Amino acid sequence: MGLENYKSLFEGGDIWIYAKNTMVMWIMCFVPQIILSLLLGAWFSDTRLRLRGARFFKTVIYLPNLIMASAFAMLFFTLFSDGGPINSLLMQIGFIDTPYRFLSNTGSARGLIALMNCLMWFGNTTILLMAGMMGIDTTLFEAAEVDGATSTQVFFKITLPLLRPILLYVVITSLIGGLQLFDVPQILTNGTGDPMRSTMTLIMFLNKHLYSKNYGMAGALSVVLFIMTGVLSLIVFKVSGNDKRKG
Amino acid sequence: MKKRLVSVLLCAAMAATMIAGCGSSGGGSSTGEGGTGKETGGDAAEEQGKVLNIYCWNEEFKTRITDHYADYEEVDATHGKIGDVDVVWNITPSDDNAYQNNLDATLLKQADAAADDKIDIFLVEADYALKYVDTDYTMPIKDLGITDADLANQYQYTKDVVTDSNGVLKGLSWQGCPGVLFYNRAAAKEVLGTDDPAAVQEYVKDWDTFNETAKKMKDAGYTITSSVNDSYRVYSNNVTSPWVVDGKINIDDNIMKWVDDSKELVDAGETGTWELWSDDWSKGFYPEGKVFCYFGPAWLVNFSMAADTEGSIGNQGGWGATEGPQGFFWGGTWICAAEGTDNTELIKDIMLTMTTNEDVMKEIVIDDDDFVNNKPVMEAMAEDTSYSSKILGGQNPLGIYCAGVENLDLSNLSAYDQGCNEEFQNAMKNYFEGNATKDETLNLFYKAVVEKYPELTY
Repeated sequence: MGLENYKSLFEGGDIWIYAKNTMVMWIMCFVPQIILSLLLGAWFSDTRLRLRGARFFKTVIYLPNLIMASAFAMLFFTLFSDGGPINSLLMQIGFIDTPYRFLSNTGSARGLIALMNCLMWFGNTTILLMAGMMGIDTTLFEAAEVDGATSTQVFFKITLPLLRPILLYVVITSLIGGLQLFDVPQILTNGTGDPMRSTMTLIMFLNKHLYSKNYGMAGALSVVLFIMTGVLSLIVFKVSGNDKRKG
Repeated sequence: MKKRLVSVLLCAAMAATMIAGCGSSGGGSSTGEGGTGKETGGDAAEEQGKVLNIYCWNEEFKTRITDHYADYEEVDATHGKIGDVDVVWNITPSDDNAYQNNLDATLLKQADAAADDKIDIFLVEADYALKYVDTDYTMPIKDLGITDADLANQYQYTKDVVTDSNGVLKGLSWQGCPGVLFYNRAAAKEVLGTDDPAAVQEYVKDWDTFNETAKKMKDAGYTITSSVNDSYRVYSNNVTSPWVVDGKINIDDNIMKWVDDSKELVDAGETGTWELWSDDWSKGFYPEGKVFCYFGPAWLVNFSMAADTEGSIGNQGGWGATEGPQGFFWGGTWICAAEGTDNTELIKDIMLTMTTNEDVMKEIVIDDDDFVNNKPVMEAMAEDTSYSSKILGGQNPLGIYCAGVENLDLSNLSAYDQGCNEEFQNAMKNYFEGNATKDETLNLFYKAVVEKYPELTY
């Protein structure tokens, strides 16, 4: 009977641990990412700054997204392995005496995954935010300038509020993407989610069921995942999007 | 109002299909019961087919057939001819389970396929042999007309691997892969004062002495093995009970001994926790890696330990071979006949020629450096002083291989071995690295195995 699958899915309580892992890693990745992207977006779209080579750097920051996530994970796996270049570097400058085991500690393993996702997606986010910022009527900025507003004030009082719809779109797509986090931790930890499954995401869990051809459980998990995504998106939408003041 | 009603109905319909979709729980094993037709069988009088389909994952068997099966003529990379029978090679690499997935899918269609499209021969490895041997997809060797007397000279363990749960032999191998302990001669001289295989054996003759030696190695700056995973196979090949008993996961005492011994070694800094084949693991192939020994079969030292690279221990002939604490094996390929084949006569001849013909077997040893599955041949070669290995500093290791393989008892294999071994080592890594207690990691192991094989309990 189909409902049995749902029962056994929630019985162990593991699904909540994996959901928590996924969310923790998403937040670790999203917070720095959105700050970085807002900053870069503001700089790139600010006509007064007249940055040189903006076009070139816009391309460069997007580049990490073009690399396959698995290849990127393999690269980081080698870089941060116990005898890898990062450890040798840290040891040579006398920062540590023995190799730091990045992939054997919960914090650093999650941090690496978050860092990788952040690097891969901040370019994409920047471009989206930039598009939103350039869509803001320049007369508003000019008016603010005439009134003697500082650039910080302009950013928080004009740019951010008017950017809200795009920002909302970015948050929701990133949230959905974050819930589907799979390839990077899968490759980086060889599918084990080590240490002690603290980097095991919901989709990795789903993959384990699919691998053993346990389609019933996998289907149940997919439905739960769908509901989770829906609920979380709704919450984000309600909290930040529905601003009545602007009508 | 009407619109809202329709949308509620639509939502309900969608939800219903989702739940209904999850109906059948526990997909079950991939090659499960299925049951292929038994219309053929070993009836010699029957018409023999004109196409021989062989499924395998690399060129090894093809090379062996091309070189040593006299009637085989190569046509092109994937086709050949034996007499008037066309041989078709279907080679799928085993990476990412691709070989098994392809084989599973094709075997499911075996009963309905046209006679010339049916699989006739497929190859399996020890780790998952039972998955196929324990089903009706493989044909008993006896039904092909091969008798026990034909196989008297083969090593018992090669038969254990492909004997199903009812004691029926379902496959044959031309090779044996007994493993030994390869030690770094320089380290042995420095720490133990000798590099003579018989003398070194005294220091590694059982696990207690082995662990004592580990302390001496540590004092001299060496690790006894590169990783805990090196010795895993040696322990796991010497278990007294299988991984799964009556549908329950069972951890053998010898496996737990591996956990306890290894934890002590890791805590004392006498070995590492690298994955096999990782860069960190392979550092001991070079003198600077400071590793005393590796466990492995002939192919490890011949092909995998950087013997071709300048500066490696193997390149300087710096390894020695000795039996080590317990016998084990690693690797090997078995030939299975698929149920439903119409080429029984030819399969019988190929099996007999490739796995029992002494002349062919000798040829394989001399030409290909393989360890063949024939006791008298290997024992004769072990006595032969003209055969020696450059990598092992001129030692003839065959005698040691023979001694190791003799005592191997593999009657405790189960169809779940590959998954269990893999998950066990993955889980225990957390214990060795101090990220969790032994009980926590054991729970993790149980959880992972049940995910992989939903039909098991613990």
